[in-house]
Amino acid sequence: MPELIIKAIHSAHQKTDILNGISLHLKEGEIGCLLGPSGCGKTTLLRNIAGLHPIRGGEIFLGDQLVSSENTHLATESRKVGMVFQDYALFPHMNIADNIRFGIENYTPKQQQERIATLLELIGLAGKEKRYPHELSGGQQQRVALARALAAKPQILLMDEPFSGLDVELRETLAQQVRCILKTEGITALMVTHSQSEAFAIADSMGVMQQGKLLQWDTAYNLYHKPNHPFVADFIGQGVLIKGTVYSCSQVHTELGILNANVCNCFNPNEAVSVLVRPDDIIHNDDSDWQLEVVNRVFRGSHFLFTLKLNNGEQVLCMSQSHHNHKIGSKIGVKLEMDHAVVFPLQT
Amino acid sequence: MRKHLNRWSILTLVFALLLTVPLWVLVSFMFEPTNDNWTHLADTLLPEYIINSLWLMLGVTIGTLLLGVPTAWVISQYRFVGKSVLHWALLLPMAMPAYIIAYTYTGLLEFEGPVQTALRTVFDTQTVNLWFPEVRSLGGAIVMFSLVLYPYVYLLARTSFANQSQSVMQASRTLGAGPYKTFFKVALPIARPAIIAGLTLALMETLADFGTVQYFGVPTFTTGIYRTWSGFGDTTTAAQLSILLLLFVVALMMIEVWSRKQAKYFTGNAQPLNQVLPKLKGKHALAAFSLCLLPIVFGFILPALQLLDWSINVASTALNAEFITLVWNTFSLAFITALVTVSIALLFLYIKRLHNNPIIDQSVRIAGLGYAIPGTVIAVAVIIPFAWFDNTLDSWAREHLDISTGLLLSGTLFALVFAYCFRFLSVALQSIQSGLSQIKPSMDESAKTLGANHWTILKRIHIPLLSSSLVTAFLLVFVEVLKELPTTLILRPFNFNTLAVRAYEMAADERLADAGLPALLIVVTGLIPVIILSKMIGKRHA
Repeated sequence: MPELIIKAIHSAHQKTDILNGISLHLKEGEIGCLLGPSGCGKTTLLRNIAGLHPIRGGEIFLGDQLVSSENTHLATESRKVGMVFQDYALFPHMNIADNIRFGIENYTPKQQQERIATLLELIGLAGKEKRYPHELSGGQQQRVALARALAAKPQILLMDEPFSGLDVELRETLAQQVRCILKTEGITALMVTHSQSEAFAIADSMGVMQQGKLLQWDTAYNLYHKPNHPFVADFIGQGVLIKGTVYSCSQVHTELGILNANVCNCFNPNEAVSVLVRPDDIIHNDDSDWQLEVVNRVFRGSHFLFTLKLNNGEQVLCMSQSHHNHKIGSKIGVKLEMDHAVVFPLQT
Repeated sequence: MRKHLNRWSILTLVFALLLTVPLWVLVSFMFEPTNDNWTHLADTLLPEYIINSLWLMLGVTIGTLLLGVPTAWVISQYRFVGKSVLHWALLLPMAMPAYIIAYTYTGLLEFEGPVQTALRTVFDTQTVNLWFPEVRSLGGAIVMFSLVLYPYVYLLARTSFANQSQSVMQASRTLGAGPYKTFFKVALPIARPAIIAGLTLALMETLADFGTVQYFGVPTFTTGIYRTWSGFGDTTTAAQLSILLLLFVVALMMIEVWSRKQAKYFTGNAQPLNQVLPKLKGKHALAAFSLCLLPIVFGFILPALQLLDWSINVASTALNAEFITLVWNTFSLAFITALVTVSIALLFLYIKRLHNNPIIDQSVRIAGLGYAIPGTVIAVAVIIPFAWFDNTLDSWAREHLDISTGLLLSGTLFALVFAYCFRFLSVALQSIQSGLSQIKPSMDESAKTLGANHWTILKRIHIPLLSSSLVTAFLLVFVEVLKELPTTLILRPFNFNTLAVRAYEMAADERLADAGLPALLIVVTGLIPVIILSKMIGKRHA
């Protein structure tokens, strides 16, 4: 029984459509993540689930209860959702313990005390229950917000860009800590972010959104290696699209040579297509006879990212170990390491 | 500390101390022995002053909270028909000085007034035994103060409610709290410091009031000070009463400072989201609309109509050369005072900007102390050293030069302008400082790196950026002077009248209709700061 079912929902702000027919399932205990650029509607989707924003069509189920549809709108406070806000939204006039207590005031005092103690232990802030939010660091505030949202054991935890207010170095560590906490509590969670590294660190499965549509919902591995849409390919990881022509049912012809690709059902023979080339598809090898000219390079510490020019003028990216200090204008040897090419309709 | 002692800091400190001489003279009276008048006062009237002041403060607290907080909540949380007008119209009563609204309600509700006449017509009785509450009473004063002072609470509460990040309230909802719990346990406690700050401002105004309590016959400190000074000519006792009143004021100031500090914590790192507020419809919209309309009608529209009615009735006879002189006197006095005050404030703030050190900082703070001191107290405090100076100089001149220098400082416009300056300097300081702080030091530095000299920086950067806050400061002081009653009443030169004093004199003579025209002029001019204020808020929200 999935914890969250979203069926073809529509949502709008005044007269502007924000979400167009989004569907999504989240299993119990699963951590999902919505990725997308700002304005793609991912926060609105979260607010729809929390009941902070009504929907115009479709259905949202939490557990087996219909909470939102065109004619149904269960009030936020009755939904048993937990939410971590972008600005944490801690109550500034309450100390940490009281913040966490807010959602569980119907518990007996003893139960409250126990729950607060457990959560403080879990977020590593035991002994700081009397502190006020302004006395905490950003990362600590973030974890208190998480503990507060978890206190009443919600059916689902929603997190809106929970790490955006923190230092970049902190984000990934904290994301892993949060994953650990969620797994300990066995909670179903949905997070939105525009950062793929956060998503990779925390989520079991994730989706990429663009302009109110959910393009692909999949594992991180598949989003990177088998994107179903050029936008997904562009948003997750690096890469370029080069021109190609469908050669046969399982092959595409490009400037890189003939590549294996499953194109039978989608494209006609001789159709012009675009082919995704990731930096890790082209491996630098000094012994290779295949030489390409370096037109740009970026030093990344652990590796170099070279931009190489193909014979027809198209450019591809290539990663190499960081001691390969080749100059711009020089030619370097490369090898192709690509099992199956990802092919899209021709992009202009 | 020693390393900060230089030419500029000493100059600033001396200047600030000179400007606040009245305050230090007053404080010195703390150590003066009390006389018989004091003993008499302490036995008879003083307890009444204290009890009345406490009742007033309690009543105004309840009144301003009831009028200010719900309106602030409704305006900050919902959209409804008429809100775009109501949200600034709720500030209108600020234009109405308490003593003027007191005159209008006395006129409206007296036996011959329109309300009682209408009631008698409705109940078809011409007899007098229809009971009607007496306006000129402690309770009446509380209502008057609440009606014109609630905007302080409204303004600060509304800003606080609006700045509370929406997500804090939404967080409360996701944690299972309904709208009521969210309001009482989250929104209200977070706004509490701001509400208290607004309340203390309203209470300081209440304590400083002279015109209303004098007219209503409610003896408080201010009327006591005036009576001791004008009736008995006893400056010592008047000064000692003033100090007692200042203790109340200082307590309020401390609460205000504390709550502002709290408020800073309470807004924290919250970022208000730009969200569309829920729209009220039907009877909910009507309820919200009426709730916000009520204080405007009773705090501004009704009294203003009454003033207008009086003014039209007497216009044919009252609009004479004497009235024009009165207007000229008042406006030129306000103009000169505003000019002097703004110049002094500008001087202080530029010294502070260019030679920043702790001594200068404190000096500017000292110079701005006057805002908290009631006008009656300032008047007494100014008159004591000035009269002493005049008398000393006069007797010395008589003895050695055989001439009389007469009154050089006291009883002249100089004393009046000086007192206003002392009282309203902080108004000018605050509004100019807010303009000046927008001109970041890095702007000066970047202009310098682009080859601009001091003069060019002043002309091309400072003056254009500062001009609007200078105009604001000028207008605010101008209107304050226009409204100020007790200081003018006590310090004005013989035969010199202002609009406020004229309205006061006419009302005291039971000639309310004749008070109408000068009062109306004060209220109309008083609209200027209200407009400025609502524009400033509008800009911040845009």
